[in-house]
Amino acid sequence: MKLDLAQLRALLAGDRQADRVVPPSGYTAQLTLFAAGAMAFLAVFALALSLAAGRLAERWGAELAHTATLRIVAPADQRAEQTAAALAVLETTPGVAEARALTDAEQAALLAPWFGADLPLDTLPVPRLIETKTESGFDPTGLSLRLAAEVPGAVLDDHGRWRAPLVSAASRLRVLGWVVALLIVAAVAAMVTLAANAALAANAQVIAVLRLVGATDSYIANAFVRRFTLRALSGSAVGVIVGLLAVWLMPTGSADAPGLLTGIGFRGAGWLVPLMVPLVAGLVALLATNTAARRALGGLT
Amino acid sequence: MATIWLNARAEKRELPKRAAGNQIETRLMLGHNRGKNEGTGVIELENVAYSYGGGELLSDISVKLAPGSFHFLTGPSGAGKTTLLKLCYGALLPTAGHVRLFEADVRGLNRDDVALIRRRIGVVHQDVQFLDHLPVADNIALPLTVSGRHAEAGGSDLNELMGWVGLQDRAAALPPELSGGERQRAALARAVIMSPEVVLADEPTGNVDWDMSQRLLTLLVELNRMGKTVLIATHDLSLIRAAKAQVQARVLRIANRRVQLAGADL
Ligand SMILES: Nc1ncnc2c1ncn2[C@@H]1O[C@H](COP(=O)(O)OP(=O)(O)O)[C@@H](O)[C@H]1O
Ligand SMILES: [Mg+2]
Repeated sequence: MKLDLAQLRALLAGDRQADRVVPPSGYTAQLTLFAAGAMAFLAVFALALSLAAGRLAERWGAELAHTATLRIVAPADQRAEQTAAALAVLETTPGVAEARALTDAEQAALLAPWFGADLPLDTLPVPRLIETKTESGFDPTGLSLRLAAEVPGAVLDDHGRWRAPLVSAASRLRVLGWVVALLIVAAVAAMVTLAANAALAANAQVIAVLRLVGATDSYIANAFVRRFTLRALSGSAVGVIVGLLAVWLMPTGSADAPGLLTGIGFRGAGWLVPLMVPLVAGLVALLATNTAARRALGGLT
Repeated sequence: MATIWLNARAEKRELPKRAAGNQIETRLMLGHNRGKNEGTGVIELENVAYSYGGGELLSDISVKLAPGSFHFLTGPSGAGKTTLLKLCYGALLPTAGHVRLFEADVRGLNRDDVALIRRRIGVVHQDVQFLDHLPVADNIALPLTVSGRHAEAGGSDLNELMGWVGLQDRAAALPPELSGGERQRAALARAVIMSPEVVLADEPTGNVDWDMSQRLLTLLVELNRMGKTVLIATHDLSLIRAAKAQVQARVLRIANRRVQLAGADL
């Protein structure tokens, strides 16, 4: 594809006369505008989802990677004894930075949302929880084996079982969001190419006349390129604004409620990402139309 | 010159201002001087052959259009007049031989060069095409517009030119509203607005009555007197006979795929 600097300069400078030589195209112009707007709207959501999923993956990964929980499930009379034994094992386990049994009050607080505040904890066979902070070198399988031998009532939950799929799902979601955004860009390119080809075909006679009176290929191509670039740019700008408003109006959760749905949105510099959408759409339209126009002109003398 | 100018403007009752007429003339002649080549032709065909894919339509054709010359190209329908004209403005490349436009071999021209050459060779096409959504005045100014000189089109030059072809009252009309003769005159005006050195006309009197064809011929003869090289393709021998009274014209005839200089038998 040929798009030299001189052509680009002529393109940006604009030319009211050149714009008039191609007849106005009525409703197909509206369709291009609408399609570009709709695509940009969708792209905003894809990007919001992707960025939110990315944040979530990072946070879950960071929070959960360094903790593990031990449950001591034993008859009430052995619970304190086994807890002490488990703590002893943990103290000599490499990779365990810190281990601490939760107090009755802390456990009651954890259960309160489900059973109410005045739960008689000491009369119920509630397992004792030991929180550990882990660091590199921690080997959950080795620890499980040791515990099985020395503390029969201890069950190790290193969060890995449910953490891993969640983190990888969130990462996957982030990638998917970008793939969707890229597909939308490709769809914009396809849509503009189709529309430009239709316009070029509909104006074949106009193009032939322009060639005959001495118009260069760049001049003719620019008359179309300018049109479609402007349409893609303005259509997608409207789509992005509406999309950003919609994202902005989404209910958000508090910072410590790591839900995906309530986390959709942009944070800080992330708000700038969707602003790229009209620029990318405009650039894609420019290249797509230029390619289509050059191909159409190639057959003319 | 003055009488011809008056002839061209006969339809318009009022006499054109002399100054205005001279202005057009000077402008059109400038183009001629710019491209004047002593001794060589502005358009040269050397042993040219052309075929659309089947057998050769034109064979071994050598023609040189000297600056300021007036030529007719004749021959029966289908002989290849339009094809030869297309070779003369770079729309077709010869299948053999050489075509030189302003001393440049057409095979060495890129697409932008061809576009630039078309600003120096004004062409009245056999089936004239306009931009039907633009008024006649804008269509005539189109060569200026596409060469980035639109500002000049708004000026008095365009009005003068429209007056010269007798279309001053049709400036705002759309091309589909024009009669056959008006279309041909608009095409001629469009062909010369860039002050080209050469004017090629393909059957310019094809769809018009005798009076209109005389009027168009007069305009072309006048262009030649301003110094332009003129080549008219036509199968209409009576037009050629009428021209011979006004201008020293050479007649080229295509017969049996070759071009020959026609004698006094016309
Ligand atoms: N684009 C083309 N492809 C194939 N054949 C063509 C083409 N244009 C013209 N011809 C053929 O070439 C011959 C000469 O055409 P043309 O140059 O238009 O003749 P003229 O102008 O003398 O009537 C005709 O037989 C015509 O059918
Ligand atoms: Mg013909």
